[in-house]
Amino acid sequence: MRRIGIDVGGTNTDAVLIEDGKVVRAVKAPTSEDVTTGILESLKSLGSTGVLQGKKVDGVMIGTTHFINAVVQRRHLTRVGALRLGMPASASLPPFCDWPEDLAELVCGGVWMVEGGHEYDGRLFMPLDEAAITKAAQEMKAAGLKSVAISAIFSPLDPTHERRAAELVTQVIPEANITCSSDLGRIGLLERENAGLLNAALADLARDTIAAFEKAIRDSGIAAPLFITQNDGTVAEASQARRLPVYSFASGATNSMRGAAYLSGLSDAMVIDVGGTTTDVGQLKLGFPREANSVVKVGGVRTLFRMPDLLSIGLGGGSHVVLESEGKGPLKVGPLSVGYRLLKEGIAFGGKQLTTTDIAIAAGVLKLGDKSKVTHLDAATCRKVFDEAAKMAEEAIDRMKTEAGDVPLIAVGGGAFLIPDKLPGVSKVIHVEHGDCANAVGAAIAQVSGECDQIFKDLTRADALSAAQGIANDRAVAAGADRASLATIESEDMPLAYLPGNSVRVRVRVVGDVAGS
Amino acid sequence: MNARELTPDDVESLAVGAWVLGTGGGGNPYLALLNMRMLFKEGKRVHLVSAEDLADDAYVAVIAGMGAPLVGIERLTDHRVFARAARFMEEHTRRKFDAVMGMEIGGGNGVRPLLVAANLGVPVVDSDTMGRAYPEAQMTSVAVGDLKPSPMTIVDVRGLESVVEAVPTWKWAERVGRKIVVEYGSTASTCQPPRTGAEVKKWGIHGTTTKAIAIGRAVREAQRTHDDPVAAILAVEPGKLLFRGKVMDVARRVTEGYLRGVTRFEGLDEFRNSTLSIEFQNEWIVASRDGEPLAMTPDLICVLDSVSGEAVGSETIRYGQRVTVIALPPPQVFLTPKGLEHVGPRAFGYDLDYRSVFSS
Repeated sequence: MRRIGIDVGGTNTDAVLIEDGKVVRAVKAPTSEDVTTGILESLKSLGSTGVLQGKKVDGVMIGTTHFINAVVQRRHLTRVGALRLGMPASASLPPFCDWPEDLAELVCGGVWMVEGGHEYDGRLFMPLDEAAITKAAQEMKAAGLKSVAISAIFSPLDPTHERRAAELVTQVIPEANITCSSDLGRIGLLERENAGLLNAALADLARDTIAAFEKAIRDSGIAAPLFITQNDGTVAEASQARRLPVYSFASGATNSMRGAAYLSGLSDAMVIDVGGTTTDVGQLKLGFPREANSVVKVGGVRTLFRMPDLLSIGLGGGSHVVLESEGKGPLKVGPLSVGYRLLKEGIAFGGKQLTTTDIAIAAGVLKLGDKSKVTHLDAATCRKVFDEAAKMAEEAIDRMKTEAGDVPLIAVGGGAFLIPDKLPGVSKVIHVEHGDCANAVGAAIAQVSGECDQIFKDLTRADALSAAQGIANDRAVAAGADRASLATIESEDMPLAYLPGNSVRVRVRVVGDVAGS
Repeated sequence: MNARELTPDDVESLAVGAWVLGTGGGGNPYLALLNMRMLFKEGKRVHLVSAEDLADDAYVAVIAGMGAPLVGIERLTDHRVFARAARFMEEHTRRKFDAVMGMEIGGGNGVRPLLVAANLGVPVVDSDTMGRAYPEAQMTSVAVGDLKPSPMTIVDVRGLESVVEAVPTWKWAERVGRKIVVEYGSTASTCQPPRTGAEVKKWGIHGTTTKAIAIGRAVREAQRTHDDPVAAILAVEPGKLLFRGKVMDVARRVTEGYLRGVTRFEGLDEFRNSTLSIEFQNEWIVASRDGEPLAMTPDLICVLDSVSGEAVGSETIRYGQRVTVIALPPPQVFLTPKGLEHVGPRAFGYDLDYRSVFSS
């Protein structure tokens, strides 16, 4: 297996080549305004080392914040026609009803609500009003809409109404880009519909971005398929990522945790990723980040995306340090940071701002900059700053731990020098080689997943779980996984209050290696 | 009538506070809140009145949504369907309502009466019949008071409308009503048996909307200023901190159409080396620390997210969550022998004599 992983970060675009389980080479290029130039540069730089000479690359995995940034910054969004199948229910809360106004104004191309949808037990809620859907599609066409998001009541249990509506819309607008909410999972109509609307709003950007990524790979002379990493630490084939860009929203943080697992060889541990400005703490379970279970807001929109459960604190290699001797109160580290300006503004680099990196240089932990500029920082002062940083890390780790015992901790990221070799509540601290490129490593080793989340009735618990497992397996294989490598990494069942017939909601997630790799 | 207009900010606070008073059940009030935001935008306003300001012969609607919160989050909440349940009762009894009140302040039902009031153009009474959330119709102050358990209207958005015309007891009201709700798809809007002003004054649990708003405001203010939201609740309510810890296990099962089970917590901070378990039937019923009963119904057991201070429900609580458990004092009406018969530990099948966590 030979894969290239790329992480497009705020400062650097990192690329790593992994061959038969080992990091062969890691390179960095500045992240470019258009993103793709940075990717091309990093690939060229990897190629120039000669490691790719005459070798076949199985895949290029890219982790990107492109799509989430588009939503957060309200840029490059496509106008969307919202079609909801559920009348007469839900009429008072139409699509976009809980969106921030500025975003709704950009994205909402009109709302159509017609009869349709199912009950929790699979009965029809209302028959599908096909004539009304065709009429809606004609109105969308007249309004010039080419991106459509379709949602239906209980579509995660029975997607047939959404699928039929998609056919009807396609008959009227053959070039329409259609998102069905059932492709985005979970129970909870508004949140699922929001995900569908965001996805449809990213249709043009996803098409252009993926095409540009593919071109960058081609131009670099590498003949390998493109994969895009997703929020849950797995990858999607380019075609799937083009169809469902929302699944790539939070992949950066996930990749760093997965990379940490890979580089350390541990599958259950805490991970601390110390960057320039912030530190993310998360927990690895079976090699994957533990997911947040609650509502996640993206650009102000409520969603139920699969996102890693992370705690971010204002600690990093560029954190401002305010010493006690300055007379501004007790010692303070962060949350302000010089960020990517570290090499200009840090004292050891001729600047005026005391940072954690200056402290590390003074203490001899880092060999960077001009040590003679920080000789006024004595060992005791440095010790105090390191202790404060360790205390902040310790508290964050304790807040994220889900078991009382001591756990191993993997420290990655450019600021990992702030994490001492011993911390209370931690059995051992592991620093790994290439830890500063953990994100790109995580991208390179990403897998494929499949999920099932639905209600089963009148089945024993074991039968319901195995039915869900079968569905999740099939979905993973459809997404490109090798069936033989599939493993279940999450299984949760929940009996439902008030529902008759022993109804149980089952959520199963499986992952596997990319087929053919 | 002495009426106070509720502001949009009051309603935002009400949604947060009602979820706390939901004691694990009742469903998240978010969808009802969204409806209320829409109604505000349309220019609708709601006024809050005290029970004592009602005329003795005033005719008061008692509003509640019944069903599974899970179905609710797919079908959503439509204020007009709740209004229809009340209007249907008006048509059926040939009498116009003078005011609206809630059956339960806890959860989504804490906000729904406002939706009806905005539609009917009548005020909301600052009272309910549970002072919290409970799973069954006989677990109310009006049932303790042996007030008439019928008629009840049950409405579905598709034009399905039922009246439970007569039942001999509140337990029958629960059984028959539940059957209809399940057939409708496990969610429905109901108008519970109407009450007179005199009945509300005598048997209502008073000031609960105001209380929920105060709790919600305290939590929201603490969130804004990054203060401890749990301490903020305890500053406005005579509550008691029971435990701080992490969820270690959640075992759930459905029996007799309810969500029953137990959640185990492991202590943190001053509760380190201690465990708490809370048994639930939709709502948190009995909390035991290190095996010894600590707090039990009708005391309100509230499980809160330690960071946000917002409530955590029994259907959504998950492994690893960091929570703080507090108790709030129960309504007086449930502390009589008759009250405890309806909502004490034995009403939920526990062979325990009620002992208030506030008596120790």
